[in-house]
Amino acid sequence: MTNRRDFIRITAYSAGALALGGGFIQAAKAFASPEAALKVDLTRTPTYCEVCFWKCAGWVYKNKDGSIRKIIGNDEDQHCNGRFCPRGTGGVGMYYDEDRLKTPLIRVEERGKQVFREASWEQAFEYIAAKMKTIREIYGAESMALFTHGSGSAYFTTLMKAYGSANVAEPSYAQCRGPRDEAFMWTFGEEAYSPEITDIRDTKCLVLIGSHIGENMHNGQVQEMSDAIDKGATIITVDPRYSTAAGKSKFWLPIKPSTDIALLLTWIHEIIYNEYYDKKYVEKYCLGFDQLKEHVKSFTPEWAYGITTLTPDQIRKTARAMADAAPAVIIHPGRHVTWYGDDTQRVRAIAILNALLGSWGRRGGFYRPAKQPVPSYPLPLFPAVQKTWQDLFPGMYSFAGGVVSNALIDASIPENNPAYPIKGWFVNGTNLINTIPNQANTFKAIQNLDLMVAIDTMPMEITGWADVVLPECTYLERYDVLRVSPHRKPAIALRMPATDPLYNTKPGYWIARELSKKLGLETYFPFEKQEELLDWQLKQIGSSLDEMKKTGVKTFEREADDLYFAVDEEVSFPTDSGKIELYSSAFEESGFDPLPRYVPHEDPPDGFYRLIYGRAPMHTFSRTANNPNLTDLMDENSVWINPKVARLWGISNDQYIWLQNQDGIVSEFKVKVRITERIRWDSVYMVHGFGHAQKQMKRCFGRGVSDTQLITKVLVDPLMGGTGMRGNFVTLITEKTEQEAAS
Amino acid sequence: MRYAMAVDTKKCVGCSDCVVACQTENNVPIGYCRDWVVEVMDGTYPILEMEIRSERCNHCGNAPCVRCCPTGASHFTDGGIVLVKPSKCIGCGACIASCPYDARYPHPDGYVDKCTFCLHRIRNGLKPACAAVCPTKCIYFGDLDDPNSEVSVVLKKRKSKTLIPEAGTVPQLYFLI
Amino acid sequence: MKEEIIVSGRMNSMVDPHLHIWHWQIPLYLFLGGLAAGILFFAALYFINGKEKEYPTAVRLAPFITPFLLILGLLALFIDLRHKAFFWQLYTNIKLQSPMSWGAWTLMVITPVSFIWCALHIRDLFPKWDWKYEWLKSIETFFNLNKKALAWVMLIYSVILGIYTGILLSAFNARPLWNTSILGPLFLASGLSAGAASILILTRLPEERKLFARIDLIIIGIELFLIIHMFMGFLASTQVQIEAARMFLGGPYTMSFWIFVVIIGMIFPAILEIMELRKFHIPAILPALLILFGSIMLRFIFVYAGQVSRWLY
Repeated sequence: MTNRRDFIRITAYSAGALALGGGFIQAAKAFASPEAALKVDLTRTPTYCEVCFWKCAGWVYKNKDGSIRKIIGNDEDQHCNGRFCPRGTGGVGMYYDEDRLKTPLIRVEERGKQVFREASWEQAFEYIAAKMKTIREIYGAESMALFTHGSGSAYFTTLMKAYGSANVAEPSYAQCRGPRDEAFMWTFGEEAYSPEITDIRDTKCLVLIGSHIGENMHNGQVQEMSDAIDKGATIITVDPRYSTAAGKSKFWLPIKPSTDIALLLTWIHEIIYNEYYDKKYVEKYCLGFDQLKEHVKSFTPEWAYGITTLTPDQIRKTARAMADAAPAVIIHPGRHVTWYGDDTQRVRAIAILNALLGSWGRRGGFYRPAKQPVPSYPLPLFPAVQKTWQDLFPGMYSFAGGVVSNALIDASIPENNPAYPIKGWFVNGTNLINTIPNQANTFKAIQNLDLMVAIDTMPMEITGWADVVLPECTYLERYDVLRVSPHRKPAIALRMPATDPLYNTKPGYWIARELSKKLGLETYFPFEKQEELLDWQLKQIGSSLDEMKKTGVKTFEREADDLYFAVDEEVSFPTDSGKIELYSSAFEESGFDPLPRYVPHEDPPDGFYRLIYGRAPMHTFSRTANNPNLTDLMDENSVWINPKVARLWGISNDQYIWLQNQDGIVSEFKVKVRITERIRWDSVYMVHGFGHAQKQMKRCFGRGVSDTQLITKVLVDPLMGGTGMRGNFVTLITEKTEQEAAS
Repeated sequence: MRYAMAVDTKKCVGCSDCVVACQTENNVPIGYCRDWVVEVMDGTYPILEMEIRSERCNHCGNAPCVRCCPTGASHFTDGGIVLVKPSKCIGCGACIASCPYDARYPHPDGYVDKCTFCLHRIRNGLKPACAAVCPTKCIYFGDLDDPNSEVSVVLKKRKSKTLIPEAGTVPQLYFLI
Repeated sequence: MKEEIIVSGRMNSMVDPHLHIWHWQIPLYLFLGGLAAGILFFAALYFINGKEKEYPTAVRLAPFITPFLLILGLLALFIDLRHKAFFWQLYTNIKLQSPMSWGAWTLMVITPVSFIWCALHIRDLFPKWDWKYEWLKSIETFFNLNKKALAWVMLIYSVILGIYTGILLSAFNARPLWNTSILGPLFLASGLSAGAASILILTRLPEERKLFARIDLIIIGIELFLIIHMFMGFLASTQVQIEAARMFLGGPYTMSFWIFVVIIGMIFPAILEIMELRKFHIPAILPALLILFGSIMLRFIFVYAGQVSRWLY
């Protein structure tokens, strides 16, 4: 038994030893200096990125102990040319994020209350299968809907189809690029594809209508824009905000928001009446020129001036610049184009302008994509689908080439009187709560469901509303379908796991297959291991899994030298008439405008400002908001306010305020103010994807504001169901009054 | 041999890829960075102009940080690169205070850290991580004493500037304007 | 409107939004070092001038606190280091261009010197002191024989100690507020003033008191002169220096500097001293304490404000 003196002495020695030991550890670390890093051996495995949907192929480098170190682009890949964007480079953060979903969860209280119990995969699948069977019995298989985005779409779509439902929607259609794909489809007979078939690297003039390449970090687009800048290309940016692209433009047209169609029609007028258009091209390939010419007769720059606030001189100069560059000119179709509800018509105007300048199919304009045909493993026939989404609200959105997600959501609400109800949702890799505008409507729809399953890697908002949450491992921990994207040369890319799944997470393929077993549909997933399926597919095209593991990417040669139209080539366009349809008879027959018309949109009321949103190059939607590497770059969004407006309201820079929209919705969190000349005085701007309300995501909870929350007025495109989101206006609240706090 | 870097402000879009790539390449702890992106805006709507720069340690020819280091931990190495030897660094912070570019930061392990121009990559014939990853290819790196290196070529072709040359530090990070 | 912002979320917390690499440890050390320098300076000066008998407090008594001051100062410096296990590297290198290196070596000289000086006068406090060991006794004899040489060493090194801290800060041209050559002399003057003030507190002799009160007055005059010229220099210099000066002329440090350092730390004690010299009875300790307070506040304010001043962003 030691006495007190000994005790003190021992404690002192221990403290000394600890300090000394701590000192030794410090010393050891210091001697293992960065220069010692020269000797590190890294191994690598191929993958393609899943942070956004550009799907750049790259290599995952691992330390000797197998831990993931860094992700670098694959030099052979046409999407990224060996250089990943900040999200892709920061993909390591997705893997290391300790707030990830770790185990299957089953809801134990009311939907939305976010009270779950941890469950085993077996229990989760039993639950889901039982409910799915019930839904099929009572309502029919078509009452199950799948909302999906990403590489897992393939397996869950197969599952749905095998189950008997064709109601598979990608929100990226009706909430993002749908209008532009339909506009191009109904003009050229083809969509604009992803990656876009824009030949930016060889263009002489790039026209961006609201497109913010450089903040929108689609890798290939940004890289090619940089190449174009090197080559001295003219960039024309039409944007009410001084975007990064505007900062690099020769002409920045600070247009009044919502008046873009007027500008486009005026440009068409200028191009036609000044005879800037490609006469040979139009005569050979286009239909409806005369009607178009008549239609735009009165759309002069002076007319447009009154609407867009752009001077006639600016409009004429830019029309001339486009014409001088033709056919190496691109009026970019954009990516997220669901703005005001007349978006298909606006992009139709863009398509028409491109056609007049002869850029479609020409170098520096739009190229012909080539895709490597990769056979799918023969599966048994899918059961005949009794009803499709188009049967839900007959006659609506007749020009939609994709499934309209908001139609499925509306059909989940009985008051909307759909032809048949949607009673079950699978949500894979898409955070519907932050994607679909009018959140109240989405919540209402969910509450009417019999089953809601969410598959995700992070505890995003949508998982809080699910009955069953299935945790998928990140793309760094799994195999996935081969990436087969259209590009200048046909190419494929392999994704293989760099490491085993962390926690109790599983790959999407495994999840779909196991669930299929419970539903008696395992014949649709004949391969137990996905790598066997991949090997089979690769062997069909003269490659193998082993080869792909070594190279990551395989590029093939085009079948014909037809990247662009040959001179005087007889091109048959995949339209009804076989020609480029400047005038759309199909639209006319269904009662829509055959040629785009300018229709004025609502202006912000007094004291309100139009809510404009966009992207930041270091984040992807709301999905990266918790990524440790990317929150280091940007951990909250800010609301951009013009200095004149700030003076009016007495607001100072870096102050935190709330926003309230025209329907009285107040933002849940405060947002930082950025006073900047970059935004027009009638609008405010913020980056989309913040304002997360999920406490489980510790880095991003409560940081910034969610624009989706404030988008309650939805301007639906009657042609194809696109949800226009830029018709919302906000006012600034510098102190929450007692009333608002109580509500 | 004089290593230098040139950043083309006309192409830089401020994506901050250089920051993340440096972080994963050099094990920079979360919450710290060796390089950063600055946006400069001037004017009144709609007559505006913008410059975007990717900045880091300038590896100055007349580096105040090397001069004021009491132990010689901050020193010059290959091609004028300024490096910190952690086993000589006492963490006094004098170098951090002496840098007019605020390029240094105290590493959680105690010593002072900053951009090293990825010396470990250069010695293996690779470019620094930021230059290798930049999607707009706006970061040029090389030996100023070699007239054929990409940085010499681009500095001859384009107008350039350095930051606060009046501070007398002789910075080797150029911005193409 | 001009905006210059960092968009990649730089969060080097010791460097952003402005430098805060040095906290209380550094100004504390600067004060302790300056004070010790002042005391040792006067001790050496009046010993060399042969005035040991007239000013015994200055030469013999006051130096007794200097070893403690220096040890405390060294401790503060050590605590401030972030890579403590390697502190010894300071003493395996001499870097002539680094004021911090001079400081390390200066302290290496003056700390033992201050101990030795006190050891020589140990019997003023403990009359019966016995060194016990022969080798200690022979060291004492050696230094007593060479006391004048020791005093010269102490004189020179105390000046270096007093001035190098200012030179160290002024060598950081990256911090516009510090980048003035007046800072060295200002810190030296402040240190001497603090030293004189401590001697004032400790002494009982009216002659000594009068001398050091006068010395303090002169030094305060010099300090005010230096401060005014320092600000004139800033305002006539480049934009960054003008902005640095503005911190004290309407900016966040205005009140604290002019009130604590100049009024309470210099002008008010000077007035009290003048009144004392005109035969009004002022408790001796009051102006001395005020001067010490002003001295420590000067260093705190300058170290913190200096870290806010910068060239970029």
